Amino acid sequence: MKVRIKFAKQGAMKFIGHLDIMRYFQKAVKRAGLDAAYSEGFSPHMIMSFAAPLGVGVTSEGEYFDLELKTPMSSKEAVERLNRVMVDGMEVRSVREVPEGKKGKAMSLVAAADYLVSFREGMEPGENWKEKVPAFMEQQEIRILKKTKKNEKEVDIKPYIYEMEIRGERIFLKLAAGSVKNTKPELVMEAFFAFCGREFQPLSLLIHRMEVYAELGEEGEQKLVSLEELGEEIE
Amino acid sequence: MRRLALNDEILLNIEKPARYIGNEVNSVMKDKEKVDIRFAMCFPDVYEIGMSHLGIQILYDMFNQREDTWCERVYSPWPDLDKVMREEQIPLFALESQDPVKDFDFLGITLQYEMCYTNILQVLDLSRIPLRAADRTKDHPFVMGGGPCAYNPEPLAPFFDMFYIGEGETVFNDLLDIYKEWKKSGKSRKEFLEMAAQVPGIYVPAFYDVEYQEDGTIKAFTPNNPHAKEKIEKQVVMDVTHTYYPRKPVVPFIKATQDRVVLEIQRGCIRGCRFCQAGMLYRPTRERDLEFLKDTARALIESTGHEEISLSSLSSSDYSKLPELIDYLIEECSARKVNISLPSLRIDAFSLDVMSKVQDIKKSSLTFAPEAGSQRLRDVINKGLTEKVILEGASRAFQGGWTRVKLYFMLGLPTETEGDMKGIAHLAEEIAKKYYEIPKDQRHGRCQIVVSTSFFVPKPFTPFQWAGMFRKEDYLDKAKVVKEEIRAQLNQKSIKYNYHEADVTVLEGILARGDRKVADVLEAAYQKGAVFDSWSEYFRYDLWMEAFEELGIDPEFYTLRERSLEEILPWDFISIGVTKDFLKREWKKAMKGEVTPNCRQQCSGCGAGAYKGGVCVEGKN
Ligand code: SF4
Repeated sequence: MKVRIKFAKQGAMKFIGHLDIMRYFQKAVKRAGLDAAYSEGFSPHMIMSFAAPLGVGVTSEGEYFDLELKTPMSSKEAVERLNRVMVDGMEVRSVREVPEGKKGKAMSLVAAADYLVSFREGMEPGENWKEKVPAFMEQQEIRILKKTKKNEKEVDIKPYIYEMEIRGERIFLKLAAGSVKNTKPELVMEAFFAFCGREFQPLSLLIHRMEVYAELGEEGEQKLVSLEELGEEIE
Repeated sequence: MRRLALNDEILLNIEKPARYIGNEVNSVMKDKEKVDIRFAMCFPDVYEIGMSHLGIQILYDMFNQREDTWCERVYSPWPDLDKVMREEQIPLFALESQDPVKDFDFLGITLQYEMCYTNILQVLDLSRIPLRAADRTKDHPFVMGGGPCAYNPEPLAPFFDMFYIGEGETVFNDLLDIYKEWKKSGKSRKEFLEMAAQVPGIYVPAFYDVEYQEDGTIKAFTPNNPHAKEKIEKQVVMDVTHTYYPRKPVVPFIKATQDRVVLEIQRGCIRGCRFCQAGMLYRPTRERDLEFLKDTARALIESTGHEEISLSSLSSSDYSKLPELIDYLIEECSARKVNISLPSLRIDAFSLDVMSKVQDIKKSSLTFAPEAGSQRLRDVINKGLTEKVILEGASRAFQGGWTRVKLYFMLGLPTETEGDMKGIAHLAEEIAKKYYEIPKDQRHGRCQIVVSTSFFVPKPFTPFQWAGMFRKEDYLDKAKVVKEEIRAQLNQKSIKYNYHEADVTVLEGILARGDRKVADVLEAAYQKGAVFDSWSEYFRYDLWMEAFEELGIDPEFYTLRERSLEEILPWDFISIGVTKDFLKREWKKAMKGEVTPNCRQQCSGCGAGAYKGGVCVEGKN
């Protein structure tokens, strides 16, 4: 049985990088006594795959990985068992069965993600930044310089910003994610700072990921469904 | 949620922030208002090394079982953070509470190797605790040292309030009880140290005076306080089964050097190699009960979720119930998908069979530690491994499909000749020949023999504690002899040679057998910037030599000199059970190339029998 596990990563845990989070869950699944499937050979590996790895410094309550179980277990029990062995800042939100095939591949499904961005005190892009948000989004193009390992190139990230709105003192972003189209909240904010005529420092942001989505729409129409919703509760 | 000692800006700009945030699985959180004693347990090296150490995990667990005590962990901040902490004046903190170490009651520092001594000063300095015990006041923690290097604490004497000589599980509870009493009483710092000095195994260096002869050797070592003991007796745990063993060790987020469950199956070693300090310090050999080990292994795997378990001991093959233990582990671990690693196994039919079950032969290699290149020199060091045994083992392994062999040797052993050095190359060649004796169609390509040599450093409480060392250039010459001889062998293409750095060896030798005068050099070297000496990218031999020069202390006094048997050695005030007479006998036998049987073959009356336990009473009760 293939299950999809949704978890939150908060507080000091934001300093733990993606590879170490994978190692953490390999051990946690063992501690929780879930009967996971392993690869063959002398040093067998737990069969698990993570969706949309998160950068160091970012918190989230919408992280996912898929795991192959040999013995089925109810969602309720699995969540309880896992949460019993979590550390402070890590919390399992759901364990759901996902079908084999396309919907059962968390990694390749990722199409969009929601973020909440706040500014560290005194590091906002000016006093009236809220007024600038609509104008920023009304631009035809939002061009930024994207640095890759080899070179820099200018790209238009506007098509990848699905939504941008003010929520209290924070900014909500719905952005393209995944392997085909994607952009990062840092890039969007860098462009926004430039738009406000302010110098951008990555450290001025506190980024929190809220959810990760798959695209189920047909013929170009957008229909985003959270990875969690693609699975079903196990009784 | 906990407040971290370091802000986001710092944590996001240094390497591996996970080293400093605590919060790991099985780390212990307590309410600091509800405990009487706060103990900071420090391993003075980087987190990944320190977290791999079993001893700390044992003490951490033991202290935290006390309701009145909260024990937390401290490691050396890596140079990137060290710099930031100095610039921004951030005091060193413990991982669990993130509170400054200087507010703790105790700072316990484990002394596992000499090359971490400058890191001890770094830890004190960053904690803002005066480096010298004499400068500390009631507002500072008591700084305590323990571990193998505490058996010659003298180079560190001025920096510590006290040392603990022995295995950690024994008298700490008494010490903490005394501390609580003292804390309530409002007595002076010195008065606590006087109370502590009466606890068995506790050494308070300030309570002793050292006088020197004109030639620099020790004239007298005398207590200057009525509460100080003449001799400090090593404390041992005789029943290693019914003692503390952490069932829920802390599991780091980042990969530690030992990213696995460690199961200590026994303490001590029956063999008595004459260069080996651990073999003498941990006498007598004491085995843990098989059922206890099985139960503990299961508990450890369950509580950590680790993917690997490793047996730990100086010589696992000597554990009398090894086959039963391994059978159990193989069964238990294959069901749980846990790998087994078996270091320090003697290569024989049994171990090859076991290894072929637990590891991929194609990827693994065999390890032999003949330590010396000729039978004569192996007799001198009392390493009971013969060429015949090595060749038989290798041959058997090659037939079993292994193609890789690692060989460990030491250069600079007492009585070593050029012939002994060349013998290393010849032994490697003989092993290679065994491989190429196998018909070509049954071999798997070429064999790979990796020869590694380290330079021998004489250690206190070994039969070689009197031996002289060499100059850096001499060590390098020795390595060159081996290198050239290997290149002259027929199968040289199958033999790879590595050797250790020589300047580290010289310094390790000075610190290992140094006296109190070396402490000044240590402090001066640290002030000049020496830190992380065990990391070759940071080791600065020049800084050390400058420090010696400026203080007018001759480093060769500590290295080149062969000590006379009558000399008072800096560590003579400590008793480890094994007597100085026995060590002298062994030194003399070594010079004659005579071997001494192991404890199970025949007792040699080393003195450790006084503890009335372990191998000394095996089969006798
Ligand atoms: S007293 Fe004898 S048996 Fe006991 S440790 Fe010493 S040599 Fe070995």
